[in-house]
Amino acid sequence: MAERGRGTAPWRNRRVLFGGGVLLLLIIVALAAPLIAPHDPLEQDLLSSFAPPFWRPGADPGHLLGTDSLGRDILSRLVYGARVALTVALVAATLAAALGTVLGLFAGYVRGPADAVISRLVDVWMSFPPVLLSVVLAAVVGAGLKAVILAIIFVDWTRFCRIVRAEVLVQREQDYVTAAVTIGLGRARVLRTEILPNLLPTLLVLLSLEMGIAVIVEAILSFVGLSVASDAPTWGGLIQEGRLYIHQAWWMMALPMLCIIVTVLGFNALGDGLRETLDPVLRR
Amino acid sequence: MSALLEIERLHLELAAPGGAVPILRGVSLTLAAGSVLGLVGESGAGKTMVGKAVLGLQPAQARISEGALRFDGRDLTGLGAEERRRLLGRDMALIPQDPMTALNPVMRIEAQMTDVIRFHLGLGREAARERALALLAAVHIRAPERVLRQYPHELSGGMRQRALIAIAFACRPRLIVADEPTTALDVTVQRQILRLMKELQSTAGTALLFITHDLGVVAKLCDRVAVMHAGRVLEAADVAEVFARPRHDYTRALFAATPRYDRPADALVPVPADLTERLLAEARTYDEARRRHA
Ligand SMILES: Nc1ncnc2c1ncn2[C@@H]1O[C@H](COP(=O)(O)OP(=O)(O)OP(=O)(O)O)[C@@H](O)[C@H]1O
Ligand SMILES: [Mg+2]
Repeated sequence: MAERGRGTAPWRNRRVLFGGGVLLLLIIVALAAPLIAPHDPLEQDLLSSFAPPFWRPGADPGHLLGTDSLGRDILSRLVYGARVALTVALVAATLAAALGTVLGLFAGYVRGPADAVISRLVDVWMSFPPVLLSVVLAAVVGAGLKAVILAIIFVDWTRFCRIVRAEVLVQREQDYVTAAVTIGLGRARVLRTEILPNLLPTLLVLLSLEMGIAVIVEAILSFVGLSVASDAPTWGGLIQEGRLYIHQAWWMMALPMLCIIVTVLGFNALGDGLRETLDPVLRR
Repeated sequence: MSALLEIERLHLELAAPGGAVPILRGVSLTLAAGSVLGLVGESGAGKTMVGKAVLGLQPAQARISEGALRFDGRDLTGLGAEERRRLLGRDMALIPQDPMTALNPVMRIEAQMTDVIRFHLGLGREAARERALALLAAVHIRAPERVLRQYPHELSGGMRQRALIAIAFACRPRLIVADEPTTALDVTVQRQILRLMKELQSTAGTALLFITHDLGVVAKLCDRVAVMHAGRVLEAADVAEVFARPRHDYTRALFAATPRYDRPADALVPVPADLTERLLAEARTYDEARRRHA
């Protein structure tokens, strides 16, 4: 693990600042989408289709990043796409974390047959290619935002479960747990108020990384048309549309890709930065 | 004085791939209410295991195959989890060996102290806090208000051990098991902590099972002492008696191996190998006899 940044407060860490900044920007854009977007993202204007972005000759000042084949404003579609991306990242990652954490805590603390069952399940689960699993699931449940979120939870709870279980196995042998038991606290209580707080740094790190993963999965599912309705703006959907015009208008594909890359880099940087800074304080 | 804790021919074995390994071989000890029993012996003798068995904290693979543990006349071996919880922290408590790891790193001292008070005495948040302050004052912590707000890593080892002692005494238990409570501390702090424990023990009238390697500490702190080796108690008697007339060869060997101020360091004699050999052979014979018997 990186030694860099050890012992500094999280908000002084460059990666945390960058990642937090990206997350904050994403939240602002998503919340204020109607204010920021210059047009309705669904509004078609066939007369001004394929308008070039501002740096190209013949750009339309009303469409800063140009328009697509149906004359819809690309900037507005990207801005509304942030809503979908953020919703999926927050909801899916949080629920996957909750499910995996509960099962991992349980397995790690009770051990025995329950642990064996959960651990085998995780092993089997993780041996499937995750993207395939979510595509299949989304195909079964049907397209739509809910399906995407369900697919991510369904696939990624295992990441949390496995690591939380391993952490509980380590923590439960710590002296402070024995000490908590010797003052008469019960199992559930020890798990909840003594062990779980010690897992929070790990969970925060995992959660940020998972949000990045969720953004990618959502993009993939929209790309293959399994996300929200196909005319609704999602970054993956924009890439899929832009792909058709890659030779005439490469930016139609590059812009949403850039959004995804920056977002994912941001979540990963946030996760790494938190890992660097939270570890020494909380787990000397 | 009646016996508060009675351990009778306690056999404890650990399940292992090659069959059960005996750890305690018929340990018998009694501890009178309000008195201090020192448990000495070299590493691996089973001292910690005795303490764990008393508190019911033996590892999952341990089995008590024979013998009895009685606390205040009540059998401890058959205790349910719920009854055990009501006993721990309230009637018996532990002072752990390493104060650096025995406190939860992410909880403030206040929460760690008031947990036990609120759980057993049913006090409200404010009352529990008052009590925690009084306890910290009793262990001679000068700024109890501040310490309550602090996290373990902000405190020195000695301070943490004081906090842990305060937690152990919080509900005025009748028995405290202290497993080498000062080995992780430096020498001057050790002395202060021992003095503190003696003071609290005698004012509160708590019985103390004191596990240590240090015969010097036994002389200062304990009323009785039991000498253990390879899971057996070789000799148990009043401290004055054992120091004046040690009956077992092994006890004499332990004395000879203990540094003393009135003796040059090079006069120290390690426990002779043939004595260790003999004791281990005795232990094996003992296991053999038990196996045939079973
Ligand atoms: N969890 C465990 N698994 C396997 N063996 C164990 C376990 N705990 C203790 N033992 C064994 O039990 C024996 C007694 O151990 P115990 O810790 O009680 O000794 P001790 O007298 O406290 O020694 P020390 O002075 O080093 O603390 C040792 O031989 C040890 O190896
Ligand atoms: Mg020990």
